[in-house]
Amino acid sequence: MSIKFRKNLLVCSGKSCQDASNFDLVDFINTKLKDYNLEHEIQAVQSVCFNKCTIGPNMIVYPDNVEYSTITKDDIDDIIIEHLLNNRIVERLVYNDKNKFSGTNKKQYRIALRNCGFIDPEEIKDYIENDGYDALAKCLTEFTPEAATQEIIKSGLRGRGGGGFPTGIKWEITSKSISDQKYVVCNADEGDPGAFMDRSILEGDPHSIIEAMAICGYCIGANKGIVYIRAEYPLAIKRLKIALEQAKDYGLLGKNIFGTNFEFTIDIKYGAGAFVCGEETALIHSMEGLRGEPTLKPPYPSVSGYLEKPTNVNNVETFASIPAIINKGAAWYSSIGTEKSKGTKVFALAGKINNVGLIEVPMGTTLREVIYDIGGGIVDGKKFKAVQTGGPSGGCLTEKHLDFPIDFDSLTAAGSMMGSGGMIVMDEDDCMVAMAKFYLEFTVEESCGKCAPCRIGNKRLHEMLTKICDDNGTLEDLDLMRNLGVVIKDTSLCGLGQTSPNPILSTMVNFYDEYHAHVVDHKCPSGQCTSFLKYYIDKENCIGCLVCARNCPVNAIFGEKKKLHIINREICIKCGICMEKCKFDAIYLK
Amino acid sequence: MAQIKSVDDLKKIRASIQEKNQKAVANNDNMEIIKINVAMATCGIASGAKTVMNFLIEELPKRNIIANVKQTGCMGYCYAEPTLEITLPNENPMVFGYVDLKKADEIIEKFIKKGELVDGIIPINYELAK
Ligand SMILES: Cc1cc2nc3c(=O)[nH]c(=O)nc-3n(C[C@H](O)[C@H](O)[C@H](O)COP(=O)(O)O)c2cc1C
Ligand code: SF4
Ligand code: SF4
Ligand code: SF4
Ligand code: FES
Repeated sequence: MSIKFRKNLLVCSGKSCQDASNFDLVDFINTKLKDYNLEHEIQAVQSVCFNKCTIGPNMIVYPDNVEYSTITKDDIDDIIIEHLLNNRIVERLVYNDKNKFSGTNKKQYRIALRNCGFIDPEEIKDYIENDGYDALAKCLTEFTPEAATQEIIKSGLRGRGGGGFPTGIKWEITSKSISDQKYVVCNADEGDPGAFMDRSILEGDPHSIIEAMAICGYCIGANKGIVYIRAEYPLAIKRLKIALEQAKDYGLLGKNIFGTNFEFTIDIKYGAGAFVCGEETALIHSMEGLRGEPTLKPPYPSVSGYLEKPTNVNNVETFASIPAIINKGAAWYSSIGTEKSKGTKVFALAGKINNVGLIEVPMGTTLREVIYDIGGGIVDGKKFKAVQTGGPSGGCLTEKHLDFPIDFDSLTAAGSMMGSGGMIVMDEDDCMVAMAKFYLEFTVEESCGKCAPCRIGNKRLHEMLTKICDDNGTLEDLDLMRNLGVVIKDTSLCGLGQTSPNPILSTMVNFYDEYHAHVVDHKCPSGQCTSFLKYYIDKENCIGCLVCARNCPVNAIFGEKKKLHIINREICIKCGICMEKCKFDAIYLK
Repeated sequence: MAQIKSVDDLKKIRASIQEKNQKAVANNDNMEIIKINVAMATCGIASGAKTVMNFLIEELPKRNIIANVKQTGCMGYCYAEPTLEITLPNENPMVFGYVDLKKADEIIEKFIKKGELVDGIIPINYELAK
């Protein structure tokens, strides 16, 4: 069976395009096609968002793959006569994006996700069919370990776990540490709220991690690999186990890989899901069976890590990029991205965004492209307010950062950080103080408690935020929070404490007016902090039945029978009883 | 199982995998087989991808359609789960979003049997490093 209609018009029915056209484009086109007697050879169907929402309404003519944008009713005749009947592209409706990369107008470029969604992760043959294990073969038979490491250095790949340390350099350092035993560790702890990049890679393409870990082992001189994965990822674990078995069966793990004397095996260790165990020294202690607490660096794991042996720790996404770099070359990889951040980055879009999902874009893509084109804009056409990158360690980017190219350095310069790739989008209804409080709650919960600034300081910060959100804050609290935040950053032992005040500090810079409104005007501008809401009685609905006044525990309601009642908000303790008791919907919160 | 002991072995295995796919073509009256990928990562399964996949595996033979239904990882369209990617013989892959059982039925009857596109197509929005 092949596609029946000579041509199909795929009309975007995404929210943003629908809002932009305000009539049923599909219906309209199909009616038009009938007028031209084309309904038996051409049809229009609805399609999901094209990721070009800023220039909608959009459509694609299939199979020609010509995309028309900003279409109006008047353009349909042109499209039918010119394109569908005479095969001439209606150039004026083709949107030419000047900032394209590699000649296409697709904003996403998949390197780490190249196999996710295409191969069966439980079938090694699928991976092999798609160039799987070519990179390992190439390294073992064509490259010396030094040459392979040089390739990674030249590619410019930086760690995707948050720190952004150059991967090849890390490998080189570990390779130079002299020891009888070294280890390759894959950090699959992924603890940021809202992040699911690493999970998706392991669930969709586990062999690429196995292959990359073996390559790393070859480069640094290690024959043992360990994947440290949180036990809450059962499907990822299951698929990784299957992949490991298959790789062993095929001789791609074990002794004499590809007939060389290189040997490599991989074990799995499970984490209990503590966020701090994603920090590499804590992770190593947890693997050793000790408490998952960080220790001071140096010594770095590359020198003394697991069981005090040189250990190379890399993130899942970092590893997933390696086989592609070896296969296609460092020059290819370093041609993508910005000057100091090469390649692509996977982000997990979440929050108030239409297209929640996993995306991969070249470094240097702007926030606007990510949010409005790929992300499909803000839910219900609301106003974009901010996006939190870097999770609980990061900060927020606001409207003024929309045209910022996203890379490691620009995010740091903007007071946030790349982090592992979670992006939580907030709209006008979100309160930034409450957002900061949410992240602090997380850090307080996840702090290991080893050092005082983080254990006690974050708790105080959280208390102050709670006070502010409950309408008890003062201007002094704001100063205190800022000072305390800086001290915590400077004096904490590990990355968790060193970054935990970031959500507060960055929202205080970008949204100081909101903090001010909470403590001075006693208002929550977005209306999210319910403590600021007050009870009112509606003039129209109140019949003066006395019920509310009788039930108010503090006698805050006054009124005579059959007359409008009034709440004295000075006395009211906001217990809500009156609203519950009123049978006439006369009491409301505002 | 044949172990891979050299680069040549790897190439041979890859060739034999590709040949097997060709064979499937030959056995099937020279009709290339229909390929259906179901996004079965945690997000997909949570929105019902497994039910849809089981439905396809059960229904397709009943309706005399020979297809290779396989699970894959996340296709990235978490907002439109469950998602399917269907490749009809000699055609480009088509991705469908929000596929519930009703949609799956419509896809079989209209798209797979008759080649008619149905509502809910997701245009491929990325380029692959292949
Ligand atoms: C509190 C904290 C949590 C972290 N969590 C993770 C994590 O979940 N996954 C990860 O890969 N790296 C995490 N890191 C970073 C690791 O310490 C380490 O830098 C990283 O695994 C190195 O790999 P890369 O160079 O490939 O990024 C975390 C760091 C800190 C301070
Ligand atoms: S900064 Fe926090 S998480 Fe890190 S060692 Fe100190 S108490 Fe533990
Ligand atoms: S219970 Fe309702 S209707 Fe009755 S007096 Fe109070 S506000 Fe008015
Ligand atoms: S909310 Fe409670 S305290 Fe306030 S007026 Fe109503 S019943 Fe009285
Ligand atoms: S809604 Fe049409 S392109 Fe996004």
